[in-house]
Amino acid sequence: MSKEQTSKVRESVVIKFVGDSGDGMQLAGTLFSDTAAVLGNDLFTFPDYPAEIRAPHNTLAGVSGFQVQIGREKIFFSGDLCDVLVAMNPASLKTNLKWVKPGGTIIVDSDAFNEKAFEKSGYQSNPLEDGSLDSYKVIPAPISSFTRSSLAHCNLSGKSADRSRNMFALGIVIFLFGQDIETTFKFLGRKFKNNPSVREINKIVLSAGYNFAETIEAIGPTYKVPPATLKKGTYRNISGNVATAWGLLAASERSGRPIFLGSYPITPATEILMEMTNNKSLGAKVFQAEDEIAGICSAIGASFSGSLAVTTTSGPGLSLKSEAIGLAVMTELPIVIVNVQRAGPSTGMPTKSEQSDLLQALYGRNGECPVIVMSASTPANCFYYAYEAAKLSMEHMTPVILLTDGYLGNGSELFRIPRVSELPEIKPPMAQPNDATYKPYKRDPETLVRQWAIPGTEGLRHRIGGLEKTDIYGAVSTDPINHQAMVNIREEKVRKVAEHIPLQKIHGDTTGDLLVVSWGGTEGSVKTAVREMQKEGKKIGHAHFNHIMPLPRNTRNVLGSYSKVVVCELNNGQFVKYLRSEFPEIPCLQYNKIQGLPFFTGELVEKFNQLIREVQS
Amino acid sequence: MITNRITASPEELTKKDFVSDQMVKWCPGCGAHGILRAVENVFPKIGYKKENFMFVSGIGCSSRFPYYVNTYGIHGIHGRAAAIATGVKLSNPGLSVWIATGDGDSMAIGGNHFIHIIRRNLDVNILLFNNQIYGLTKGQYSPTTPIGSITKTSPHGTIEHPFVTAGLVLGAQGTFFARVLDNNISMMTEVMHEAARHDGTSVVEILQNCVIFADKTHRQITDKEVRDDYQLHLRHGHRMCYGKNNEKGIQLKGTKLQGVVVGLNGVTIDDILIHDQHEKNPGLHRMLGKMGPPDLPVALGVIRSAEFETYDDMVEIQIESVRETSKIKCVDDLLNSGETFEVE
Repeated sequence: MSKEQTSKVRESVVIKFVGDSGDGMQLAGTLFSDTAAVLGNDLFTFPDYPAEIRAPHNTLAGVSGFQVQIGREKIFFSGDLCDVLVAMNPASLKTNLKWVKPGGTIIVDSDAFNEKAFEKSGYQSNPLEDGSLDSYKVIPAPISSFTRSSLAHCNLSGKSADRSRNMFALGIVIFLFGQDIETTFKFLGRKFKNNPSVREINKIVLSAGYNFAETIEAIGPTYKVPPATLKKGTYRNISGNVATAWGLLAASERSGRPIFLGSYPITPATEILMEMTNNKSLGAKVFQAEDEIAGICSAIGASFSGSLAVTTTSGPGLSLKSEAIGLAVMTELPIVIVNVQRAGPSTGMPTKSEQSDLLQALYGRNGECPVIVMSASTPANCFYYAYEAAKLSMEHMTPVILLTDGYLGNGSELFRIPRVSELPEIKPPMAQPNDATYKPYKRDPETLVRQWAIPGTEGLRHRIGGLEKTDIYGAVSTDPINHQAMVNIREEKVRKVAEHIPLQKIHGDTTGDLLVVSWGGTEGSVKTAVREMQKEGKKIGHAHFNHIMPLPRNTRNVLGSYSKVVVCELNNGQFVKYLRSEFPEIPCLQYNKIQGLPFFTGELVEKFNQLIREVQS
Repeated sequence: MITNRITASPEELTKKDFVSDQMVKWCPGCGAHGILRAVENVFPKIGYKKENFMFVSGIGCSSRFPYYVNTYGIHGIHGRAAAIATGVKLSNPGLSVWIATGDGDSMAIGGNHFIHIIRRNLDVNILLFNNQIYGLTKGQYSPTTPIGSITKTSPHGTIEHPFVTAGLVLGAQGTFFARVLDNNISMMTEVMHEAARHDGTSVVEILQNCVIFADKTHRQITDKEVRDDYQLHLRHGHRMCYGKNNEKGIQLKGTKLQGVVVGLNGVTIDDILIHDQHEKNPGLHRMLGKMGPPDLPVALGVIRSAEFETYDDMVEIQIESVRETSKIKCVDDLLNSGETFEVE
């Protein structure tokens, strides 16, 4: 039988590579995604790795995974359940079996299924033989032994050869999806361009896996995902963290303000810091601070000195930065604080995603301390929201907290590359040298924004600080009336930013039975669920918020336009609390999940259907 | 070779150029008044453009300083002046950055930033007002309060070992450390000028009196009766002599410093150490920094001023060298770098 005859054409497919951390699952997944992208599929990836760098071999704690959904239509998230699971050992099969679709394909390294590994992973019997996998299509492949024998002529130790097991597995998958192995070779070549021997070894094993899959008849039908119909342009695969760094760099270039990043490494935000250090050729000044506080304080100093100043962190780090955010609010200096959220409280689950820092971002400071709060909602749009965060911060002389999360930061999708000149202009309110009328807290009457006077500028020497100041002149003041006025001005200044952000959109009809509200990293899964129901003719709409403080000007109308509103969040109901306080007259229902996992389409659809039935009954 | 990127003043400046119009609100008799005077004296002499001076502070009595001197200034939050100053200087290496801080601000709440700015050798000048007490919060003990002191939070005497500032600074690989007294304005002025000339983090510890909560805290070395025997005024290239008639000196005996009298017990002037503030090895500087009563005098003046690369200079050099070799010249280059593909 030829391949063509047995191919199953699919709109989209979810595949997950799982194994010990150190088994190279991230690399296998990335190469598969890159290959699919070149062949024209849209995609969305998500690495799922443990906090431990190398947990004990073959244990449940050490399982690392990489999930990717590829499709012929726009893909909004990395998918719920997978069609294909590649499991390199029993532990990874055990922890991931629940994420496989009934009837899905499971490829395992049969060599790794031995008594010792069963014991370590808690299997009482061999799952490949005890019938527990009968409802799946299992492909047991002797990956370890075939990897070793394919490298027999290379004079490697068994252990060294085992490092390439991931390539054998990838070879099987490349065949299974009818992908072009030559493309994967190219990526391998670039990945190991400085290490030709590793490159050759990986190529040999990749081919061996591919040939194995082609040879054995047990492999069954292959999957075919036709190319997506993407808008014309140049594309690349990008992760949210890299997109965030690049968006900030673009804002620096477009505004003419040099970029300064002061940060302390913290999962899952560190990649932004690392990416920025790669861009010194663009003048990026990157300071790896001694702690989170020094990260933001150095950024505040750099902001006063005229830089587009940024600090990046995750939840616990945001807590440490709270006092300094207050200083930036008081001194009315621009600064972008990126919080790549993770599951809390405290250290929580560092590698798992959550949306539970929203209230902290809005209110977690002493005093009346308003800042702009906004969020990105896909890995690629981290670029645009980071850019907008920088623009709003500089143009309105205020701190901005940009919320992303571990799912967005580590996830990746295709990104249509823009030209920097097409991005909106950024015009910071720079004070002019020797301006005799300059006063530190003199404001634009429309926006209430003060001017940015940079140390070194002739004729503008002035002092700012954390003590309350008189308006206009900026002298230290404890005058009661002045304090009330300044508190109100700082609040009003941030509220007025609403006039400079887009109106909130509804995806769906302008009225209907159920409006689903979401924000941040859940856009993809919520959108997918709503679309599924809209196709069935349900009167359901979706409003996904990226701007939170201030909210878009039309938010009240948006929320009031449907019979019911349900706010879906990966926390215990933070955005809904905020919406209720802003719009007490609008009853908002809530749907929450707090498991360190994204929403699944199935659970959302079920909930939404239930709510619609209630409206109709 | 370290590059100084601060622009010189095109005109002669005077004290008036730096006097602020704000009312100075320190207590009458506070040692900080003398420090302000010294700063006003020295800034016109340093020779930089007046707009290129910048004061950064944290919290405490000392940290009100930026309001009282006419430069650019930021009054920050408790303990964080060093971190804020790091961003200021890295963002604009053309500024002469000065930090006003106290013993609590820099060695308690801000201890981490303090040791790290010193370790990195960022080119800033730290004026450390050490009055051995928390003044602004009204009299609690600080990390430099002598053990046994009765304060608002140690009614039975402190039971904490205090920091010796020099030990902490030099332990953190400090390249410049000086110690002065708040009542000696000419010495402060001179030492601050040396601090300004030093490329790297300069720490000037000012032994300051708090008239309200720790009056005469430094009397062991400042009282008229004892000061000649307990103050050693160091000068580079000069012998370490002290005493009313300069008859005493510091000798290195084995691994220890000793106070000796020239002419007694066969000691000659040649036995007295000559101060070399530029010596890169900090061993002797550490010993000088930590010495004090009852056996030895306190070393004043510039104890250490050694040349090492500065962090801010290396930041600039690294950016320049990456720029020369990188193919990525603008963000459009970056966006289109690596794996991209066209969709028709």
